[in-house]
Amino acid sequence: MPGLGTSFGRGGATTFLMDLQHSDLIVIQGSNFAECHPVGFRFVMQAKAKGAKVVHVDPRFTRTSALADLHVPLRSGTDIAFLGGLINYVLEHERYFKEYVVSYTNASFIVNEDYRDSEDLEGLFSGFDAERGIYDPVTWRYELEPGGEHDAPRAKRDLTLTHPRCVLNILRRHYARYTPEMVERICGSPQERFLELAELLCTNSGRERTAVFCYAMGWTQHSIGVQNIRACGILQALLGNMGRPGGGVMALRGHASIQGSTDNATLYDLFPGYLKAPTLEKNEIDFATWCKNQTPRTGWWNNFPKYAVSFMKAWYGDAAAKDNDWAYDYLPKNTGDHSHMPMFVGMKDGTVRGLILFGQNPAVGGQNAEFQRNAMAKLDWLVVRDLFEIESAAFWKREGVDPKQIPTEVFFLPSAAIAEKAGTLTNTMRLVQFHEKAVDPPGDCRSDLGFVYQLGKRLKQLYADSTQRRDRPVLDMTWDYDHPDAHERALGDPDVEAVMREMNGYRLDTGEQLKGFSECKDDGSTACGSWIYSGMYPSPGENLTRRRKGDRWVSLEWAWSWPSNRRQIYNRASADPEGKPWSERKKYVWWDAAQSKWVGYDVPDFPVGKAPDTPAKADGSGIDAHDGASPFIMNPDGVVQLFAPAGTVDGPLPAHYEPKESPVGNALYPNAQYNPVLKQWRRRDNPYHDIGDPRYPYIITTYRLTEHHLSGAMSRWLPWLAELQPELFCEISPELAVERGIRNGEWVTIETARAEVEAKALVTGRMQPIRLGKGRFVHQIGLPWHWGTQGVVTGDTPNDLPPMVADPNVSIHEGKAFTCNIRPGRRSAARPYAADDDVPLGQRNPLGTPTRAGAVSSKSADEATSPEIVPPETIMAASRYTHRHEERS
Amino acid sequence: MIDDASPDMGFFTDVTLCIGCKACEVACKQWNQLPSDGYALSGNSYDNTGRLSATTWRHVDFVEQFDRINPAESRWVMMSDVCKHCTHAGCMEACPTGAIIRNEYGAVYVQPDICNGCGYCVPACPFGVIALEPDQGVAQKCTLCYDRMKDGIEPACAKACPTDSIQFGPVEQLKERARRRTEELLARNVPARLYGVDEDTSVGDLNAFFLITDRPEVFNLPPKPVLPSTYQPVAYLSGFLATAALAIVAMQAFRSR
Amino acid sequence: MATKKDSLGVQQLFARVADTLRERVGVLPNPLSERSRELRPRIANAKVTPSVCPYCAVGCATLVYHRGNTIIDIEGNPASPINAGTLCPKGAATFQLHVNPARWTTCKYRAPGATAWQEVSLEWAMERIAQRVKETRDATFQEEDEHGRRVNRTMALASLGGATLDNEENYLMAKLFRSLGMCFVENQARI
Repeated sequence: MPGLGTSFGRGGATTFLMDLQHSDLIVIQGSNFAECHPVGFRFVMQAKAKGAKVVHVDPRFTRTSALADLHVPLRSGTDIAFLGGLINYVLEHERYFKEYVVSYTNASFIVNEDYRDSEDLEGLFSGFDAERGIYDPVTWRYELEPGGEHDAPRAKRDLTLTHPRCVLNILRRHYARYTPEMVERICGSPQERFLELAELLCTNSGRERTAVFCYAMGWTQHSIGVQNIRACGILQALLGNMGRPGGGVMALRGHASIQGSTDNATLYDLFPGYLKAPTLEKNEIDFATWCKNQTPRTGWWNNFPKYAVSFMKAWYGDAAAKDNDWAYDYLPKNTGDHSHMPMFVGMKDGTVRGLILFGQNPAVGGQNAEFQRNAMAKLDWLVVRDLFEIESAAFWKREGVDPKQIPTEVFFLPSAAIAEKAGTLTNTMRLVQFHEKAVDPPGDCRSDLGFVYQLGKRLKQLYADSTQRRDRPVLDMTWDYDHPDAHERALGDPDVEAVMREMNGYRLDTGEQLKGFSECKDDGSTACGSWIYSGMYPSPGENLTRRRKGDRWVSLEWAWSWPSNRRQIYNRASADPEGKPWSERKKYVWWDAAQSKWVGYDVPDFPVGKAPDTPAKADGSGIDAHDGASPFIMNPDGVVQLFAPAGTVDGPLPAHYEPKESPVGNALYPNAQYNPVLKQWRRRDNPYHDIGDPRYPYIITTYRLTEHHLSGAMSRWLPWLAELQPELFCEISPELAVERGIRNGEWVTIETARAEVEAKALVTGRMQPIRLGKGRFVHQIGLPWHWGTQGVVTGDTPNDLPPMVADPNVSIHEGKAFTCNIRPGRRSAARPYAADDDVPLGQRNPLGTPTRAGAVSSKSADEATSPEIVPPETIMAASRYTHRHEERS
Repeated sequence: MIDDASPDMGFFTDVTLCIGCKACEVACKQWNQLPSDGYALSGNSYDNTGRLSATTWRHVDFVEQFDRINPAESRWVMMSDVCKHCTHAGCMEACPTGAIIRNEYGAVYVQPDICNGCGYCVPACPFGVIALEPDQGVAQKCTLCYDRMKDGIEPACAKACPTDSIQFGPVEQLKERARRRTEELLARNVPARLYGVDEDTSVGDLNAFFLITDRPEVFNLPPKPVLPSTYQPVAYLSGFLATAALAIVAMQAFRSR
Repeated sequence: MATKKDSLGVQQLFARVADTLRERVGVLPNPLSERSRELRPRIANAKVTPSVCPYCAVGCATLVYHRGNTIIDIEGNPASPINAGTLCPKGAATFQLHVNPARWTTCKYRAPGATAWQEVSLEWAMERIAQRVKETRDATFQEEDEHGRRVNRTMALASLGGATLDNEENYLMAKLFRSLGMCFVENQARI
């Protein structure tokens, strides 16, 4: 989310699926689009039918690669080196879209002279605090124009792009060593294929043509996840593909409402509408400090106090007033990282006592999953809400544990499925769609909405007599959503549309619904629960998310999209600075001088009457401080942040770091092996592999299949899906099979310091060794992660293998690249539980303290395995299989 | 008895558009409420249902062609297989009870209430499509969603297919479209060819036909499907000749008495 | 042995005979049974309710066909600009996600150290959960941190999940849990 937010302003896909049909080039990297989003892939196929080229950059040859015009293999976890290579190609050959870049990006901005790049400091940026392992970003700021006393801060610019410290030249220097040769050496991507893609990108960008990038968890689930997306953002902005039809960055989210649950916000650091949760790390002890920290002088976030006050009014009604600091006291204050992994560390260490799971299955989905199962066994109580008896509900009776030793009280509450409840889901393109209730849920199954509502009601009752100040939030929280229908009331379900109306916002005096977030006030006269969703329910009975009138493209009357029903965001950039379309072929939103407003196929993502030649107000605030040619209204300067002076904690520019566990050293920055500020949990029950550890010579990457969903809770219980992918398998190349004596279809065991997992081998030519220059090879193993011990089909849990490591910006785990060993045969009868600290680790954790960034011996880089080249005949023999027909009939 | 107002309807399955998602398999099972075929990994690419059966009426073949000698020619092709609804249907010819009919949409349909489970149709299908369902004791296969067609609803598999690899419509229109598509692909050097259209085989044109990019065998399709009845005249003739020969021998024997 | 030419001639003759025979098949069509004549799709005259696929984030629109409280079919909604009636295998299996004998429809409780589940009423479970939440909260509530700054929170309660839930569900969870003072409010959307 900060990956896109830092560059462009908002943490959401910049385009929409139907628009892919208008792309001239579709680059899919970090995503297995055809397998994980098959229906979205329709539009890729439509673009292809119109002559677009499709390129898939991926460690594996997947069903996406099968339909692409070009597959470029790369070593898992090296995407920044690859994208950096593309950025270098674009800059070196002067192929960037100059007018776009000068006007719509910070390329011309001049950076502070104290800034030192990772090229100067052997992989570190200036401001690194070695002791605390964090950056102080103060040197990453711009050099400011001297301005008047009341003027907004303004960066110095050099529109000729010649100043050595202007962002474009910093980019040039930063990526100068990311040459095609270096890309081949680091990523293992053959130079000719890399260059073919680079040339395709350049020829399919510019005034007349546009290219789009599609990514998913293949980019996010890394210790450099946010910077992967930043790198893509830089490239797309340099090529001028942002905010334009057929362009943009398509983030393919994995769950039905992953966008919605981020927006509305069950993440520790966010409140609905991306209001950052108060934290004492920034000393946000009162409402004023909280606002001050979130309210920049320029850019859309200048409106923060309006949204914050309206939010407090929505939650606490009359109890939130100006004279009590808008009840700011009621909000809990963060003091660090309270995300998924710290939560489980807290459970394991006994500080977290009670947990409620809503359709999430950490016993299968969590990293170092045995650690997570053992953590649950330390809880006082656990509530599981799901459709089936998932692994996280049954953890106390799994193989190898004694239930009598587990003191956890476990509640299983069956939940309603989608057709049994009404509500909205926000899909991958920010589209909020309403689903109606068709039938009642069976038996005691209830919607999660009903559960939370009833739990809240009961807690209000339990605290009803309390006079303690600390219980006021529960008592003062507005909680009145009773359903008008008696039958629904009897089931305990609240009126979902009443919740929507609160999220949309209303005037407190008249009760009128807000038409949009522009009506939010900071004087306490409006309530608005989720400002970015304001406008979805603009008047009584007008629920825009229920609209079902589509067309073949933008479909403005199909449901409703945040913000303000805009489908392609930053679409002001589809016109040139004067407001004219860059080309007839790619026109989308433009300035109509006759009507004095922005018009086009979409809702303009710009003040509709602000003319292109409007000058910036020097002493203005908010977007008045932007001129009429600044399309990225959320950003302080109104332009794309190629270089990010703020927003990411691990550097203003993406630099190549190896994954936390890698068989090779960092070829670009030998003294900075992995992200210098990544999050890690160094403890006995979460051991790490050393770089180039000969016991774990192979790279492993985990992924999904079309036929299953996530931990399998919604798919391994369905016979129709279970039969399609019935058993856990791992994909390995014939070369690796020969090297390790593995036969197709037979059992293999994959080992890490955390666990052993057995799977059937699928030996396939689709997997191939990655050649890292000079005849060195590394093997990659692919392992789908859907299996667990419960369901119609079961298997070992692949997520037992990876360690808990996380990106420093958002604490997302690194499941896409780590190291392992593989051997033929089944695992030991009793699974070794490295993750259980009650079990002596013996030789299973002999790795000692993991090497810190900056202390890698140069030797390890060359010690990776170099399998010999195996004759093709031997290889093909290894992948033969016995056909199952005979066995079946 | 059969309303002939409808043109023949069928499927055009184009392998160059198939992403192997198996939505067709599941949509078919969902609509027809068919059980799973069991849970075992085949080791053959991503194909774990193996083949068409009495309870799998759509099946996606996965063809991996990965050659380390010519890596540039590597490819992974998927094809959704189905009953071909032959112009001359072996199963229908073999059915002694009249259970198998050609319905008003030109589809070959097994009437489960008539079928007595004799199984004669099973070896009569040159494609190995039709099979006996052991529990109910009847022959089963794709119905071209006869029930849905009665209300003008598209078959479940074609409706679900996200990439239009499975297209449903009047067979003649589909053939036209398929011929054009083949030419387009050939112009782009894709080795496309139609299977089951304009071919001289004893099954005649197929109402469910395919655009393939390799030899038919690669997709588990017989290169020259042959109806068992093709051998009938030979069988009849040899039977007749044998009878005649025996008669002559017998007559000779009498005469020599 | 016959020459190749002869055998071809014979084959052609036989083929012609076979074709003639074949043309007779279907001249007198097999009769339609009553069932075949009256066959109708099971969704004929069923009630239809628009919904959305619960799996990935593409957001395919679906149609739920039902009679009374019984779902009989779930398919893609052809009106949707996103999926135009199509679905992937997971979406196509949504029916089985709902109508599935493995689904649990009663509340279960596992006491500390117990070796099996026991069935409990929804009312009992809800009340007990509410009490456990209060107990844990009251026992662990922190009003101030070690520097005397007000934190008003409990670090002993946690909630996890939400990315497959509705917006409104997420919103109410955020509202209730924050008001209880919870900081560990998380879901799988860590991107």
